[in-house]
Amino acid sequence: MTPATTFVGSPVSRVDGPAKVTGAAVYAADFDIPHLAHASIVQARVPAGRIAAIDTRAAEAAPGVLAVMTHETTRRLPWHPRDPRPGVDPKAGERLHVLQDDVVRYDGQPVALVVAQSEEQARAAADLVRVDYAPTAARTRFDVAYARAPSEATAKAGRPGDTSRGDPEGAFAQAPVRVDVPFVQPREQHAAIEPHATIAAWDEDGRLTLWDKSQWVDNVRTEIAHVFGLAEDRIRVISPFVGGAFGSGLRTWPHVTLAALAAERVGRPVRLALTRRQLFTNTGFRPHTESRVRLGAFPDGRLTAILHEATGQTSTYEEYAETTLTPARQLYACPNVATRYRLLDMNVNTPSPMRGPGAATGELFLETAMDELAHALGMNPLELRRANLAKTDPDSGKPWSSNALAACWDQAAARFGWADRPRTDEARRAGRERIGSGMASAFYPAHRAKARARVTLYANGGAMIQAATSDMGPGTYTALSQVAADALGLPLEQVRVEIGDSALPPAPAHGGSITMATLGNAVANACAALRETLGADGEGDLTPALRRSGRDSAAAEGASSPGKEAQEYESAAFGAVFAEVRVDPELGTVRVARLVGGYDVGRVVNPKLARSQCIGGMVQGIGMALSEEAVFDRHCGRVMNANLSDYLVPVCADVGALEAFFVESDDRVFNPLGVKGLAEIALCGVAAAIVNAVYDATGLRMREVPVTPERIVTAQAARGR
Amino acid sequence: MQPFAYRKIHDVAAAIAQGAGEPNTVFLAGGTDLVQLLQDGIARPAGIVDISDLPFSSIATTIDGMRIGALAKLADVADHPQVRAHYPALATALGETASPMVRNMATTGGNLLQRTRCLYFRDGVSSCNKREPGSGCGALRGEDARAALFGASEACVATHASDLAVALLALDAEVLVAGPAGERSIPVERLHTLPGDTPWIDSDLEPGELISAIFVPRGAAGWAQAYAKLRHRASFEWPLVSAAVSLAVVDGMIEDARVALGGVAHKPWRAEDVETLLIGRELDPVLAREAGEAATEGARPLAGNAAKIPLLARVVSRALADAGGLP
Repeated sequence: MTPATTFVGSPVSRVDGPAKVTGAAVYAADFDIPHLAHASIVQARVPAGRIAAIDTRAAEAAPGVLAVMTHETTRRLPWHPRDPRPGVDPKAGERLHVLQDDVVRYDGQPVALVVAQSEEQARAAADLVRVDYAPTAARTRFDVAYARAPSEATAKAGRPGDTSRGDPEGAFAQAPVRVDVPFVQPREQHAAIEPHATIAAWDEDGRLTLWDKSQWVDNVRTEIAHVFGLAEDRIRVISPFVGGAFGSGLRTWPHVTLAALAAERVGRPVRLALTRRQLFTNTGFRPHTESRVRLGAFPDGRLTAILHEATGQTSTYEEYAETTLTPARQLYACPNVATRYRLLDMNVNTPSPMRGPGAATGELFLETAMDELAHALGMNPLELRRANLAKTDPDSGKPWSSNALAACWDQAAARFGWADRPRTDEARRAGRERIGSGMASAFYPAHRAKARARVTLYANGGAMIQAATSDMGPGTYTALSQVAADALGLPLEQVRVEIGDSALPPAPAHGGSITMATLGNAVANACAALRETLGADGEGDLTPALRRSGRDSAAAEGASSPGKEAQEYESAAFGAVFAEVRVDPELGTVRVARLVGGYDVGRVVNPKLARSQCIGGMVQGIGMALSEEAVFDRHCGRVMNANLSDYLVPVCADVGALEAFFVESDDRVFNPLGVKGLAEIALCGVAAAIVNAVYDATGLRMREVPVTPERIVTAQAARGR
Repeated sequence: MQPFAYRKIHDVAAAIAQGAGEPNTVFLAGGTDLVQLLQDGIARPAGIVDISDLPFSSIATTIDGMRIGALAKLADVADHPQVRAHYPALATALGETASPMVRNMATTGGNLLQRTRCLYFRDGVSSCNKREPGSGCGALRGEDARAALFGASEACVATHASDLAVALLALDAEVLVAGPAGERSIPVERLHTLPGDTPWIDSDLEPGELISAIFVPRGAAGWAQAYAKLRHRASFEWPLVSAAVSLAVVDGMIEDARVALGGVAHKPWRAEDVETLLIGRELDPVLAREAGEAATEGARPLAGNAAKIPLLARVVSRALADAGGLP
């Protein structure tokens, strides 16, 4: 019998909200550990080469300095290979073995570490470390001529070099209407508010505790166990709160190893907090990706050919690849589809997943090309999408576990007023500005993974939910509380959730929008198991049953893992995004006046937090479309704007009216809770809708983001304004 | 950040003596720029003299203009009724500077003396003759999208980032300076320097000299004014290009004009040719466009900043249109 749902589906406020606004929530760098020392990284200043000499004498003599560590003075660590590799790591290449050799692989790489009594002393002394380099040739220019196919391991992980179904080239050649659209998306940075930080402390028995900013504490433990050659049960990782991450906290980055090494060296707990500048090169980023989309269609809009090629950058030491081309294969019904994915090894740090990895990029390319096709066909862009609805997954032929994309299109169009959008030059004029309207589809595959959760019920009516998952902001604490409150028949405030600790039952990465579909079911199952243990019936308050048993508390664990639905069905979140922009054609400025997004994310556990997540994705989409770009100097191989005054995330003034809503959806085929996941989908399609709206306003096809005033005037000049 | 000696000084003469007498000493006012420079290791002073308590924060209307203390907060100046009434270009420029939080901290004197936003200067490690004389100019052949169009040198292509300075230049303002040799006034036009082969020098101030106030002459008060600023996001960003204009319009005719450009040179750039073009003509959209084009005369773009030229022309046209109430 399904338990009654009181809280699942209701817009309750964040349970961790009071702790966050009062400062009671403790983030990685804030843990008050006695005898703490502080570390500061010295970064390489060439993109490739060898360290010829390091002079640490001045740094060692500086006030408060406890140790200066270089590749010459740091012990060799085992760095055992991971087999299998965690899903968040690249499938080929080898992770950066920090301070283990004299090779510089990118500008910004840690080449020394200073440990001191205070953070200021560590930073001041880090400035005194003198490094001489023997530079070697570096690839710092993005040039597709040097791109290569991904390795077999990468191809097997859903990022194949070449795919084809039907006769794409032939169908394209014969298509009555064709478009051929190049596009560039630059390197983008996660730019979360909380910088990454790690505190490492070894105890006298050689056990290591790490307080770390992480989306996956279990993997931090496993990774550090492999790096140091320790048994996993010697390591505990604690990360109760994460101040935004967007994927930057999925991998275990080298600074975690550095913190542990430093603590070992000085025999004290050590904190290593990355500076904002260091975040750009010591965590990941969304890779610069260049694309070409060719679409062929019949006059009625039906697609007959999709050919999508994309090249993404990766580092010289690891092969990071994205699912950029998955949307081309799965979003629309089309019999003839070819994709070609290439990688360019560059002297940069390794990219990593950033919200909507692959899909957000691929859909920017595909959905701007679809807009060009709609105009080539003389067709309403919305009708073009409708003409190509994929009733089953066009790639595998499997049915969707659910798909309400058509409802997203219809309802979002209605709320936006798409049918009544300004269509004439006259109607588009608003003083000095031109109004433009654009739309795009959104798609992100849904997955779930293996997890466990523990529930403990107390005779006083309180309950504790525990799992090693994370809450980087979407509301894991709140949503799991809601699931448990319903399953235990308790008021919400009587449920406590404890997460972000590797000592808790194991959980997968808090990423890829899998957390609710994974942990939500594990929590529900744990509560059901407890109910069974206590011999209680299907619903209602479980506390009386506990009291009858005469115990003070009772606990149970529950597990959840993908079932046969993963083989039999394809699952994905869908969405439709509509944008209204105001372009000042004289100055080339674009402002987003309105965004309306309708989403099919399965069952919505908490509409308030879900909306919050979606409008956050929209703001990031505005950044992707209009302002965000890591400026990379091709001569020195350096990110030049590694700070938040020059890497331009949107400010409030950039954000117009945002409306996000959810179409009716409940995917019990995918999992018993019926959720699909919504973190990534919220960014997908937003930038494309904005770029398409810019075309509507100006007639300019912008094929590179961000769309800046410089690019608008350059496009005007090319068109002969 | 390197250790430094910090002193808070309450007396003008003592502050000047400290600033002039001890080598490598800098003044701290609102700190919105200097603290960043310290944190990034760009400024490495031996001593910091905190002048935030000096009596330089009043804003007063005088018989011949307005005197704005160098320690007046940008927010207070922007909101001042007399500034809003008589110097709208100044109010707009300040209102579009940084963010409300920064405007509540930053001072007018500090804003004028802020250092360039050139990425190569600011990152603390790249080649930059301004930060590290002799190390070269990374921007010259690097990421030059924001580089200067006028008055640059082989040694430096950085721009001055102040909105305030551009508006003040169009209003014919002066800065009042107190220093070891007494007081003097410097027209805003001569406050900042061009890079030449000494790009590490930003201004005409001597060691120990302090800006005490800004004087905006009454003359401009009745003029038609506007400040137009172009940037990538709608707030909290320095200008890509900007223009301040101040026009004496009598019976529809421009009798006198001052035009200043921002984001295009190592100093706020006065466009005298544009002023000449405007004087004696009637402001209409055609003249505004013509003047915009004229503002780009002599611009010398690098490989990656040519798009700033049409944008400069348009931002000048826009400022003129705003000043003249044109559509």
